[in-house]
Amino acid sequence: MKSFFFKNYFRPKENFEKKIASQSMISKGITTGLLRYLLQRLGIIALMLLMWQGMAWFIASPDFPSLLEVVKSLHFHLSQGEMITNVIITLRRALISFIIAMLLGGLLGIIMGLNRLVNKLTDSLLIIMLNIPALVTILLCYVWFGLVESAAIAAVVINKMPTVVVMIREGARVVDKDLLAVAKVYQLSARHTFFKVFLPQLYPFIIASARSGLSLIWKIVLVVELLGRSDGVGFALNAMFQFFDIAGILAYTLAFVAVIMLIEAAIFKPFDKLVARGNCCE
Amino acid sequence: MSEVNVAIEEKHYLNNHNPVLGQLKFNVKNGEFVAIIGPSGCGKTTLLNMISGLESSVEQQITYGDTSDNEKHKPHLGYIFQQPRLMPWLTVRENIELVLPTSQHYGIAELLAQVGLANQGEYYPRQLSGGMQRRVSIARAFATNPKLLLLDEPFNSLDAPTANRLRLLLIDLCKQRGTTVIFVTHDLSEAIYLADRILFMSNPPSTVIHQTLVKLPRPRKESGALELAWQAQLMTRFPGLLAGKID
Repeated sequence: MKSFFFKNYFRPKENFEKKIASQSMISKGITTGLLRYLLQRLGIIALMLLMWQGMAWFIASPDFPSLLEVVKSLHFHLSQGEMITNVIITLRRALISFIIAMLLGGLLGIIMGLNRLVNKLTDSLLIIMLNIPALVTILLCYVWFGLVESAAIAAVVINKMPTVVVMIREGARVVDKDLLAVAKVYQLSARHTFFKVFLPQLYPFIIASARSGLSLIWKIVLVVELLGRSDGVGFALNAMFQFFDIAGILAYTLAFVAVIMLIEAAIFKPFDKLVARGNCCE
Repeated sequence: MSEVNVAIEEKHYLNNHNPVLGQLKFNVKNGEFVAIIGPSGCGKTTLLNMISGLESSVEQQITYGDTSDNEKHKPHLGYIFQQPRLMPWLTVRENIELVLPTSQHYGIAELLAQVGLANQGEYYPRQLSGGMQRRVSIARAFATNPKLLLLDEPFNSLDAPTANRLRLLLIDLCKQRGTTVIFVTHDLSEAIYLADRILFMSNPPSTVIHQTLVKLPRPRKESGALELAWQAQLMTRFPGLLAGKID
């Protein structure tokens, strides 16, 4: 290869130093930027909490506990230890069914998106699956497989999977054939073609279905737990409902929402960046 | 051997009864630079896609190597498309690494310097101008050291100086490596500047209506006096040539 590289036809453009200089200027403003970000994100929440407290004082009913009572209840359940266990159990169920639903749904979505015949044959089945009520699948799973963990997971997966299939299928349909042609001309291996050329085009669709998926899944998991499990957040909520422990219910909700927001920030935000690479326009 | 023999009887698109290619026969010698000129929509891209194997072809329509030879494997191909077709999620360097086995990654820096992108290796395609993206796609094609290089109007919609530098680069790289080239264009002066031989195609169903050797000394000049005279002579002999007609 060497002997071909002695001529220089193009002078490199040298405006990149400028860009680097402007980046270091930005880092000075990062602390104030973070402050503003937190204010924007949390301001509305703080306002709502204040309104809640005010309304609770105004209504003064045991069915509408004040924020302080909920915090007290949260502290109580946390110190008892059973809340953390329950949240972890629910989270585990949610994550396992999330992973299974994403993998299976992704696989089916890709196959349906690429193969017109398969799509035609399975499309009506997909619509049926999308429209069966969550409660029905949960009940049927428990009746047919018994009140066991695998039945619970299966029920959640069956509920979530069709929506994943729908989104990934759209992604697979609009895959750029021109880029696949490049892979074919340069005789890339099947593995390379899939992971470096095909799959990256699906990332936005995968992210979208994962985002909507996690929130849907943990809501279904609670129902599954309420109906047929003896642990987890759903079971705990049911127990508290029996005693009209409204503060406890709200405390659990608060705890779980906090955990989900943490997951969002820790997992999905960085993944977003990975997907966005190469999409920035300067 | 990188001789290409094309012997197409007819080529339809799926679900379309009007053939886009008619009886089309020609061959390309080893190390030859052949330009193909034809009116818009005459199936030039389809022809390149058939040669590259992207478009299905009936067996024996396209063969490689001497027909008496047993060696008829598809040669190592490079294909520079009309659009750069870079993976937007990979950097310039990764785009080139993609088409190479790991053992050949060492040459990428030199290749990028050669196309004038030494400092842009870590950039994503969308951060580059259209001309720069084309240079990346040219670097990608040359990185694999192809025996046969297909080009589909690669310098369209580029400003003239950039296009000229890229043509110069193409000539140099091909000469040094002895690459066989099939170059599709609709620009006659570009073809005269680059090619050893020019084939002219008709409107669909397309056939080769004329072919001519460009017997001009190299290095040639972009729109030089000799080149212009040669072009004028050809055009007075066959005025309808570029529109796909021969009288």
